Amino acid sequence: MKNLDSVFAAYLIGWGAYFVFYLTIAKRTANLRAELDRIKNSLPHAK
Amino acid sequence: MSKRIILAAVAFLLVVAAAYASFFIAPTERTMGLIQRIFYFHVSSAWAGFTAFFLCFLGNLMYVWKREQKYDWLGVSGAEVGLAFTTVVLITGPIWAHPVWGIWWTWDARLTSTFVLWLLYVSYLLLRTLVDEPDRRALLSSLFGIFAFIDVPLVFGAIRWWRTQHPQPVIMGGQGSGLEPTMKAVFFFSAFAMHVFMAFLIVERYSLEKMHTEADLLARELEAQ
Repeated sequence: MKNLDSVFAAYLIGWGAYFVFYLTIAKRTANLRAELDRIKNSLPHAK
Repeated sequence: MSKRIILAAVAFLLVVAAAYASFFIAPTERTMGLIQRIFYFHVSSAWAGFTAFFLCFLGNLMYVWKREQKYDWLGVSGAEVGLAFTTVVLITGPIWAHPVWGIWWTWDARLTSTFVLWLLYVSYLLLRTLVDEPDRRALLSSLFGIFAFIDVPLVFGAIRWWRTQHPQPVIMGGQGSGLEPTMKAVFFFSAFAMHVFMAFLIVERYSLEKMHTEADLLARELEAQ
């Protein structure tokens, strides 16, 4: 089982990086959606 | 159920199946042993990254030609997703290299051109933060993106054209190269799974950029009133 730790490290770090990247997209989307709702509510014709 | 949720579920199932196949179905390589299993993740991530950069390149070309915002959205989505995949390639490569070569990194043609590729797309994203006017930002970054894509065929060809520390190609490598049939099947399945996952990320990033443009337009409308 030589180098099993390196194999797991590569997969864990790699998938960790993808997960963090996806989280940044999800967070930016949620923030922007909130901002969009705020702007829409501020526009006179939206009221 | 929305198409995006279905795509996310399919991508998740495929990458789990690909990881299972890489660990439990693919045979252990004779010379390198277990460490070679990184190949299925490392190379399929690299291929998915190349495809994302190709989508960016297509978006850049189409924007320069048509000047429609949707192509700029595709450009930035492809660049950011491609950069994420290339980052993983640059992390997993040294983890594989260290036990096999005895070193983490060497400045050979393949590794150097991959690092330059990463720097080029970091520059592409930085450039976008420096220009405020949307049309000018889209045009400048599209022109830079077309230039940056020139490095992708260089990365692909580096191990075919020059002598490198990085192994010679086992896929599309010409005579004497190749993979054992089960390894080949697992690799192509992993590459397919990674491409579906990449497509999911592109769709998510594209919709974020689209929403960003909508928010900018509404903010300007609000300022004008």
